[in-house]
Amino acid sequence: MLLYTLSRLARALVTVVLIVTLAFIILRMTGDPSIIILGPDAPEQAYEAFRRNWGLDQPLIVQYFKYFGAIAEGDLGRSMRDGRPALDVVMDRVPMTLALTLPALVFNLILGLGAGVFAALNRNTWIDRAIMTVSVVGFTVPSFVMGLVLAMVFAVQLKWLPSGGSGSWAHAILPVISMGMIGAAVIARFTRSAMLEVLGQPYIRTASAKGLSWGAVVLRHALPNAAIPVLTIIGFMVGSLVAGAVVIESIFSWPGLGRLLVGAVANRDLAVVQTILILIGFTMVFANLMVDLAYGWVDPRLRIRTLSTAK
Amino acid sequence: MTTPLMQLRGLTVDFDTGPRFVRALHGIDMEIRRGETLGVVGESGCGKSITWLAALGLLGGARVSGQVLFDGDDLLGMGPRALSKVRGGRVALIFQDPASALNPVQRVGRQIGEALALHRGLRGDAARTEARRLLDRVGMSNAAQRLNEYPHELSGGMNQRVMIAMALAGEPDLLIADEPTTALDATIQAQILDLLGNLQRETGMALALISHDLGVIADMADRVAVMYAGRVIEEAPAADLFATPGHPYTRGLLAALPDLDGPRARLAAIPGSVPAPNGLPPGCAFARRCAHVDGVCETAPPTLRVLPDAPARHVACARMDALWCGQNSVAAAPQTRERANA
Ligand SMILES: Nc1ncnc2c1ncn2[C@@H]1O[C@H](COP(=O)(O)OP(=O)(O)O)[C@@H](O)[C@H]1O
Ligand SMILES: [Mg+2]
Repeated sequence: MLLYTLSRLARALVTVVLIVTLAFIILRMTGDPSIIILGPDAPEQAYEAFRRNWGLDQPLIVQYFKYFGAIAEGDLGRSMRDGRPALDVVMDRVPMTLALTLPALVFNLILGLGAGVFAALNRNTWIDRAIMTVSVVGFTVPSFVMGLVLAMVFAVQLKWLPSGGSGSWAHAILPVISMGMIGAAVIARFTRSAMLEVLGQPYIRTASAKGLSWGAVVLRHALPNAAIPVLTIIGFMVGSLVAGAVVIESIFSWPGLGRLLVGAVANRDLAVVQTILILIGFTMVFANLMVDLAYGWVDPRLRIRTLSTAK
Repeated sequence: MTTPLMQLRGLTVDFDTGPRFVRALHGIDMEIRRGETLGVVGESGCGKSITWLAALGLLGGARVSGQVLFDGDDLLGMGPRALSKVRGGRVALIFQDPASALNPVQRVGRQIGEALALHRGLRGDAARTEARRLLDRVGMSNAAQRLNEYPHELSGGMNQRVMIAMALAGEPDLLIADEPTTALDATIQAQILDLLGNLQRETGMALALISHDLGVIADMADRVAVMYAGRVIEEAPAADLFATPGHPYTRGLLAALPDLDGPRARLAAIPGSVPAPNGLPPGCAFARRCAHVDGVCETAPPTLRVLPDAPARHVACARMDALWCGQNSVAAAPQTRERANA
């Protein structure tokens, strides 16, 4: 188990390094931060001073290794915009993003698991078909379209909710629902097929043959076993929620990490972009680690296998 | 005469296969008396399993009709609550593949305990003690330790013992064992069959032993029902059936058995295979494989009829009257000879 976890961690670390490298190259090749931040009309000396100051005058490869050298020492750099440490700039926004993503995750799970289980239990009835049709819409529609449609209907037309900003909890409703709907659709489909798979297993028949009521069979024997594959998808969900947040925050002018990222990319504010990417990377690694641990907890077969291979 | 413990009357099963329903059981009549062992035999796909699953309402996606009288009550007309009481309580089932019949993520003790809670109201330490006693009783070593193990930590034979222990938890009047040894090695097979026989003697429960292996049935059964393509085609006391099989299909099965006391062989000697439920001929489903086939066989499926001089025996064969005369001499008549003559 330990070995397995360590190897996964190492792989995740490599992934994060690759992403950061790619972002570094793209951001450095596609625009000059000095012009973007100082504006097009500043004197030539100002640009040069800015570049010297931020080390942009050195060859790319030198910048690259300096950057990683600093990260290795725990220094994620400073924002070119206001000179504050990038980590502080990013951390300031984390609560706002969590305020969207956590409720969206809960919404995802409740709606997705509920709909999936319900569809599976009513397999091939109109209930099942209705849920699955809605879920197809849910995951073929991109989240920005979902966000825009919801904003059109509930903010612009009905005027029930604000269309953007972050003044009150009411501002969070539309963004949370937009993010939650998409994820819920994925979870619902996955849960349904996991449930159908489990319901077809011989031990479900044994449980019924034992004299358990159908409700007890589902509750005690089907749901816990179906949860095992569904856990994987929940691990992935965390990644897609963060991606969704970037889009949805922009649509609803929600001052979280996503909007910060979009702004920082536009400014070629490398340190901030990279810090966000690293943070996202670690969140996903952490989420998958939790999923791995949860696996071992719900599935004894896995526990034994990984324990014995780790020896 | 006392009434039988369980009586299937005209049991039919139709599977919903999307465009239409396909009939897989065509009116099964069978009965089990208290304490007896009924052997149900037939090749794979004859409907042995679905007969008992349908009888207990365990068959999803199928339309079931007919009557299943258990101690006088019709199980098919029962509400879910009453039916739950019967399942696992008065009638217990064990299945072919014990490893997949147990929940892989629950400890053995918990799975047995669940049955004890349902049917005997035992919980906590009392349930644990009883579960351990049951495991002892089915011949598991280290019973106390086994309770904490998961099915994947046990062998197939041990898992089947767990299934049997779970079945005994409800102190059933009838145990339905659907190919209980098919997935196990020969030596373990014999042990499990011995165990079933002993338990039956000790508890006095009835046993419905389903097998595609006539050898297994020969060792255990008091009475035998032979199934073919969703019908019972012969039913007789075991001794009579093995001495003088009636139906050509039964004769074929018996001919495929090398020696009653020798090693068991798979039933492979009858040429051809069981027709699928959606590909049945209008007449006798066995006609295509039968050495004695005649024009009458192709008009309508024959029904079970009492044999002329043997009131306890029933055979569904249009040509039985002709075949039954001089029966004793052709008891296990090799069909190939008949073929050669034809
Ligand atoms: N769920 C199902 N849907 C459609 N057909 C089925 C289903 N279950 C069983 N059958 C068919 O019913 C017939 C009898 O099956 P079964 O009772 O399992 O045979 P066996 O005698 O080997 O136990 C087979 O032809 C099988 O294909
Ligand atoms: Mg079967």
